[in-house]
Amino acid sequence: MEVSFALTGKDYVIIAADQNAARSIIKMKGDEDKIKALGSHLLMAYSGEPGDTIQFAEYVERNLRLQQMRNNHPLRPQAAASWVRRSIADSLRSRNSYSVNILLGGYDMAENTPKLYWMDYLGTQSDVPYAAHGYGSYFALSLLDREVQKRLVISFPSFRVKVVDAEGVREVDVDMSV
Amino acid sequence: MSIMEYNGGSVVAMVGKNCVAIASDLRLGNQALTIATNFEKVFPVTDRIMLGMAGLASDVLTLRDRFRLLVNMYTIKEEREIEPETFAHLVSSTLYEKRFGPYFIEPIIAGLSKGSNKPFIASTDVIGCINFAKGFVVCGTATDKLFGVAESLWEPDLEPEDLFETISQTLMNAVDRDAFSGWGVVVHVITPEKAFTRYLRARMD
Repeated sequence: MEVSFALTGKDYVIIAADQNAARSIIKMKGDEDKIKALGSHLLMAYSGEPGDTIQFAEYVERNLRLQQMRNNHPLRPQAAASWVRRSIADSLRSRNSYSVNILLGGYDMAENTPKLYWMDYLGTQSDVPYAAHGYGSYFALSLLDREVQKRLVISFPSFRVKVVDAEGVREVDVDMSV
Repeated sequence: MSIMEYNGGSVVAMVGKNCVAIASDLRLGNQALTIATNFEKVFPVTDRIMLGMAGLASDVLTLRDRFRLLVNMYTIKEEREIEPETFAHLVSSTLYEKRFGPYFIEPIIAGLSKGSNKPFIASTDVIGCINFAKGFVVCGTATDKLFGVAESLWEPDLEPEDLFETISQTLMNAVDRDAFSGWGVVVHVITPEKAFTRYLRARMD
């Protein structure tokens, strides 16, 4: 019962993910951050099996940081996406696989273009202009507009929204009370 | 639900007169939900060999990378480009390595031999059993439809442009009747002189 959305604009990627941490019918908290900044120009929204998600997100975060420290240069979005995908694909055929779905958005500083990658727990990867995970994807992929909030049966009260562009990563407040 | 139909997609290859063509659709889905419409399933191996894969998208990407590695290693070791027949056996043995936990893809190989320019096509099943076909090979969720259309449209010794027309019509008409394939197609034609790629918009629904 999680949703995450992302879309690319002319020179930015915007990512949103719900903030619920729930187990079965019980909601634990409503201010969970499910979007990690993996660098100055890279964001990753993750959802899926609780536990796997955070473990995997931190694994990716630290490995990309290590890469940056070793080479004095961060991975570009395309390269980071390939690395994350390979990690998921390799884990899928191991005894304990990560059930994590990912939206990876970044701003490619070399090409000056925004990049967005859709990935699921099977290791499927796709370079897309807009993407979504969860039940929200059934609406978002065809609409991706204001209708989303209205039509979604399980309407989430708030979203944490982060943008990445040439200036880097930043968080924006969105008023959902409309 | 079969894992082979989870993402959808189809590939077809045909032999012409001193030329081969290979084409795929562009859909990537999660069962009935379309995720992307720019997912190509045919990849260059050398200048005169192409590899198409239909099945689980994750394995398509993994094997694309794996075959790039294997072909590079072959090229360095042998100091020459790999031949289509040899590459077909490389594909076969790579898939059979995973006999009891296979990659969920069916590959299609299309290429021209180095010296003779003899056209070559082949396909295998998920565990690498090779099918050396003479005229055309198909795979993917629209397999049954592709067989039907290809059987009636294909004829021997087509020139490159006629082969392009034949393979395009075959794939487009087959995927139109398949819910899991479609959203446009990409066609590659390889001739001794040149290779060209064309993107076609089909029924975009």
